[in-house]
Amino acid sequence: MRFTFDGRPMTGEPGDTLAAALLRNGVRVVGRSVDLGRPRGIFAAGPEEPNALVRVGADPILAATTVELHDGLEARSLRGKGRVDLDAVDERRCDKGYLHCDVLVVGGGPAGLAATLAAGRSGARVILVDDQPRLGGDLLNSRLLLDGAPALDWVAGLDLPARVLTRTTAAGYYDHNYVLAVERRARGERLWHIRARRVVLATGAHERSVAFPGNDRPGVMLAASARAYANRYGVRAGRRAVVFACADSGYEAAEDLTAAGVDVLAVVDPRPSGLPADVEVLAGQVVTGTTADAEGVLTGVRAGARHFDADLLAVAGGWNPAVHLFSQSGGRTRFDEELAAFVPGTSAQAERPAGACRGLYGTREAIADGYAAGAEAAGRTVPGLRVPECGERPLRRPAALWLVERTPGSEPAFADLHRDVTVADLARATGTGMRSVEHVKRYTTAGTGADQGKTSGAVVVGVMSALLGAAPGQVGTTTFRPPYTPVSFATLAGRDRGALSDPVRTTALHDAHVARGAVFEDVGQWKRPWYFPRDGEDMEAAVRRECHAARTAVAAMDASTLGKIDIRGADAGEFLDRVYTNMYSTLAVGACRYGVMCGADGMVFDDGTTTRLADDHYLTTTTTGNAAAVFDWLEEWRQTEWPDLDVSFTSVTDHWATVAVAGPRARQVIAAVAPEAVELAFMRYASVPVLGVPGRVFRISFSGELAYEVNVPWRYGRALWEAVLELGAVPYGTETMHVLRAEKGFAIVGQETDGTVTPQDLGMGWIVSARKPDFVGKRSHARPDTARQDRKRLVGLLADDPAALVEEGAQLTAAGVAPMLGHVTSSYHSAALGRTFSLAMARNVSPGDRLTAVSGNVAHPVTVVEPVFYDPDNTRRDGDPLVESPAPYAGECRSESPAAAFAARFEAASTPRAHLREVPFEPMWEVRGTDPGAGLRLGPDWWLVTGDVPPRPGWVDVSGQRTVLELAGPAAHDVLITGCPIDLDPSVFPGHAQTLLAKTSVILERVSPETYRIYVRSSFARYLAEWLIDALEAL
Amino acid sequence: MTHPDFLWRNPDPKPAYDVVIVGGGGHGLATAYYLAKNHGLTNVAVLERGWLAGGNMARNTTIIRSNYLWDESAAIYEHSLKLWEGLSDELDYDLQFSQRGVLNLAHNLGDVREGRRRVNANRLNGVDAEWLDADEVKKFCPIINVSDRARYPVMGATLQRRGGIAKHDHVAWALARQADAYGVDLIQGCEVTGFEITGGRVTAVETSRGRIAAGKVALAAAGHTSVLAERAGIRLPLQSHPLQALVSELLEPVLDCVVMSNAVHVYVSQAHKGELVMGAGIDAYNSYGQRGGVHVIEAQMAAALELFPIFSRARVLRTWAGIVDVSPDASPIIGPTPVDGLYINAGWGTGGFKATPGSGWVYAHTLAHERPHPLAEPFALDRFTTGALIDEHGAAAVAH
Repeated sequence: MRFTFDGRPMTGEPGDTLAAALLRNGVRVVGRSVDLGRPRGIFAAGPEEPNALVRVGADPILAATTVELHDGLEARSLRGKGRVDLDAVDERRCDKGYLHCDVLVVGGGPAGLAATLAAGRSGARVILVDDQPRLGGDLLNSRLLLDGAPALDWVAGLDLPARVLTRTTAAGYYDHNYVLAVERRARGERLWHIRARRVVLATGAHERSVAFPGNDRPGVMLAASARAYANRYGVRAGRRAVVFACADSGYEAAEDLTAAGVDVLAVVDPRPSGLPADVEVLAGQVVTGTTADAEGVLTGVRAGARHFDADLLAVAGGWNPAVHLFSQSGGRTRFDEELAAFVPGTSAQAERPAGACRGLYGTREAIADGYAAGAEAAGRTVPGLRVPECGERPLRRPAALWLVERTPGSEPAFADLHRDVTVADLARATGTGMRSVEHVKRYTTAGTGADQGKTSGAVVVGVMSALLGAAPGQVGTTTFRPPYTPVSFATLAGRDRGALSDPVRTTALHDAHVARGAVFEDVGQWKRPWYFPRDGEDMEAAVRRECHAARTAVAAMDASTLGKIDIRGADAGEFLDRVYTNMYSTLAVGACRYGVMCGADGMVFDDGTTTRLADDHYLTTTTTGNAAAVFDWLEEWRQTEWPDLDVSFTSVTDHWATVAVAGPRARQVIAAVAPEAVELAFMRYASVPVLGVPGRVFRISFSGELAYEVNVPWRYGRALWEAVLELGAVPYGTETMHVLRAEKGFAIVGQETDGTVTPQDLGMGWIVSARKPDFVGKRSHARPDTARQDRKRLVGLLADDPAALVEEGAQLTAAGVAPMLGHVTSSYHSAALGRTFSLAMARNVSPGDRLTAVSGNVAHPVTVVEPVFYDPDNTRRDGDPLVESPAPYAGECRSESPAAAFAARFEAASTPRAHLREVPFEPMWEVRGTDPGAGLRLGPDWWLVTGDVPPRPGWVDVSGQRTVLELAGPAAHDVLITGCPIDLDPSVFPGHAQTLLAKTSVILERVSPETYRIYVRSSFARYLAEWLIDALEAL
Repeated sequence: MTHPDFLWRNPDPKPAYDVVIVGGGGHGLATAYYLAKNHGLTNVAVLERGWLAGGNMARNTTIIRSNYLWDESAAIYEHSLKLWEGLSDELDYDLQFSQRGVLNLAHNLGDVREGRRRVNANRLNGVDAEWLDADEVKKFCPIINVSDRARYPVMGATLQRRGGIAKHDHVAWALARQADAYGVDLIQGCEVTGFEITGGRVTAVETSRGRIAAGKVALAAAGHTSVLAERAGIRLPLQSHPLQALVSELLEPVLDCVVMSNAVHVYVSQAHKGELVMGAGIDAYNSYGQRGGVHVIEAQMAAALELFPIFSRARVLRTWAGIVDVSPDASPIIGPTPVDGLYINAGWGTGGFKATPGSGWVYAHTLAHERPHPLAEPFALDRFTTGALIDEHGAAAVAH
């Protein structure tokens, strides 16, 4: 395999890490250190690497020890910091996955393999994750024989009854046994979210170094890593080596290095006696320094008076159980004097460490412990699990050696190689008065670098304990925080990028708007037409034309995005009386009423019209942006405060497509599309055929003109829109809607209001009932500050210069300087007025007052006026009489399903493994109260009934609220788990559920073992279709 | 960066102090410092349950700005910003205070309107503020994606050039060092477990290290304020939430300003050391545990990559959570409580770091004079009864 390092061509072997390949090519200096610029080489063989940080392609910074070599790889050295390539395009396609299991085993070494075997054989659903390309853990790095054969033969012979994910790093351990794992896949990374009943942490241990002078030279390496390079990769990390063995594993490294052809000169063992070895053992001694060549690369090792010419110093400083995930889970570590290491203490979750992760370093004891852990996790012991024989020696107590004192003039002794933190730095920190390891970490930056202290943490604690004269257990560790190894931003974002980064909600009319060249505005997640430019018009010209049409002829707007809530029950009126400031229980059937809803603080929260459809049946509309919040608000009050009331809420926002028809000639259009509604009185409603299909017409006006809101089921929305426009209505967008309502002085929630405005402040005291005993916000209206007379009020403003548009957000002052009296909330050019005008919230002003509106460097003189600019006497409300009864609209009322536009793309993305289509239209009802004996149960007293059944009284027609997508095939499940967080396993999935898919809520129904129906809100259909197509392509 | 050789003593608590400050975070330490410096009160103890400044002071994203909408907020945060501007010299410590400019992005027409409104209010209140359109945003911060094809395009931004970041630990240690030098006892590992209240007046605190008598007791415990206040029999209108943040690996300089987007909850700057420091929105549920849900981080990354696609291969090195105490109007509560001698400074929510010196200044004044500092007056606890709220939630997105 060919690759380059700093432009130099090199070759490596399949299976190499970049680090192994660099060593294979004799590269000693891989980079320079971050602060001191000292040369640094490869120090470790795994994710704990603090030194060998490189740029690989467009990846700003990676540890060379974690990069799998591939042909053509380009690596560059770094000085401890990554470099973001401003021009690189990231073509990875990352995604996510959701898995559930009885037992999750983290780590595929001896203990983890044994645990997997024991748990899986007992029948538990088991997942095993391991960060390496191959299972085996430390056995990959070893020459150990199990039952007389190479250890990897034993691994290969295991028939693991589990879902096994290799190249998968468990990175985070959250509450409720929720483990996050990153799988490195060719297409991009997959972020697995694993919910486990029990977790076995077989995460192994990391070797540590010792803080001795000159311990950072290229050529100084962890002993187990040098052994791994020799055994696993067939690479000699040096030719002449000294081993510094604070633990017996150093002797194993010495033997393996010798076997690999390295000339091992000596083993330096700080303990009083060494082990028998084929090389010289310097017992009771320590490495006291190193020497280097001109480039800083290791040339020799000092141990007291002895000096060895060596290019490799293999340091076996002892072992630290990899307690990172254990600690993230909330478990408390304790310091084990015998092992001279922090080990798992008290668990906080349903988890159990096994093997080296709890200090059981021997292979046989790790396997035995793994069997026990697996059986414990599965709750059952299976017979026939045998621990293989091997010839390991028992391990002696390691030397608790943290540092070797410097002598004057010697090289610095490093505790943290990445952050260039020395023993002297630590001494300085404790000298300031710092006693907490957290303070010392922050003062010195030790442990904050690339390896997050994996190689330095214990050394820092050990050195601190020496400096402060306290036991390591008293010093304690810093908190281990997720992720265990770095995770790329794109991995965490997954598929939520670009257009999928947040769902786009669209109406039934959307494609028609796009075809007309509408310019869209984001309102919450919705795309709403802002204006409809014609022939190169700018916004001002388009809006002037649209306003003119609405004031003099007829115009139409897509009002489908307004929230619509169907409210039923004997106490529906009473409930509405409590949440709105005005009365609804007295509203006549067939009548509409405008209402304002306040928060508990008395401030305006939302507004809209409510219509009484029957004695026990209302339809409430909300603002677009607040629809979900209002729905939640109603449910919260019902469920938590007034559970005794007989009332239920059903969202029908997506069921109905709504076209607002406004203008003096609106009646002409209504006469053609809904002839039976033509006589409708102001603020009245009629359930009538619209284009021959069942519809609803409301005579509601937000412009002061004669206006109707015409509703048809979603699938007829586009036909209605096209018909209305064909009949002469001019399409208008939200900007024109804003101008028209502002001319009438109608406030918009979120524009005139900002959470600090009461209905009274808006001049709507009339809408606040004085008669009702209570409503949400009433008590707050009596608070001294809320009842003040000098609060800001809604006023109108006219600039002296009728052509000058005062900016929205301008502040109002008496003379251009503070204090501020209020601010401009709305400001427009008005075709009807022939000038500009503004609305404002201001205190202590009256009509006629002169103010200065300040915005940026511009100050406009303005005069305060009443906030109604147009038709203050409401003379235009009833529009023009019908000229002559027009013929009913003759065009076709075409039906179009929410995902109709995707049919071809669904087909193209489908494969025999997973096929996606939109299910043809079926009627649907939401049912409350009594079990209909059919359909899908959605919650307490709540069902969805679909299909060809006769509806019963009280069922809410939601046929258009959702569309149904069908995903079928053997891989359907694999697609769904990339976006659905619940457990779809047949053993637990009840057949259907309300859940999330991607970033939208769905009802998911399994109609056959490999066929799922996805019921998605129609306005989210486009988003989910795009998401599913992407997911199919990822298979 | 060179730190001083000595920072603080580690004294045992004395039996009694004139003022006991509960909480050794930024605000507690700043209060102690200004009590000593401005008011000559040095018989003061700061009691810290864990290690000094190990709570939100150690966990925030270090953003400093004063561009708040309402007069009352602008006044106290601007007072704080002015103190920041002299603080490194005053404390004789490099706080790495960097006035690199803070952008608050607008993503929809409502954001634009509110941004302009805030800029105009700021300028009239003497707070520096500018409105930038999308092109100007791109010029100021070239790596921001201002494409109109973004899911939520950048439509403009407010810019406060005097805003920026500082190194939080240095701020805490600098304040601690000076307070210690004035004779204030900084007592770590000392948890307040109760209050001794006699005749409606607090007389002592009970701690894990014994009873400590106090002339006055000043709470400065952020997310745990409501827990402490309950021990004094006071129920506060505070909700505690986890707030998460993260850092990337160390990177060469790539981002030289602070970028905030409230709409999509992305708060990012690059620390002097090189890591990208990013804040998220609060976790929705109430909690006193300093742990958050990973879904919040995932959503934050998705939003961040819309703004900064070039960070797609940058990697998250470390995530953590603090506990923020949020009041109903998202403004702080400063001043006396129904218990005589017991004072509160809380409710700073997600924005307490920037207020550190200003908060300490007015709180110290309030404690020393036994009446609210004029800048603190509007932030009294009784505003939740009178309704005189200072609602900095700002306007919700336009709801039409």
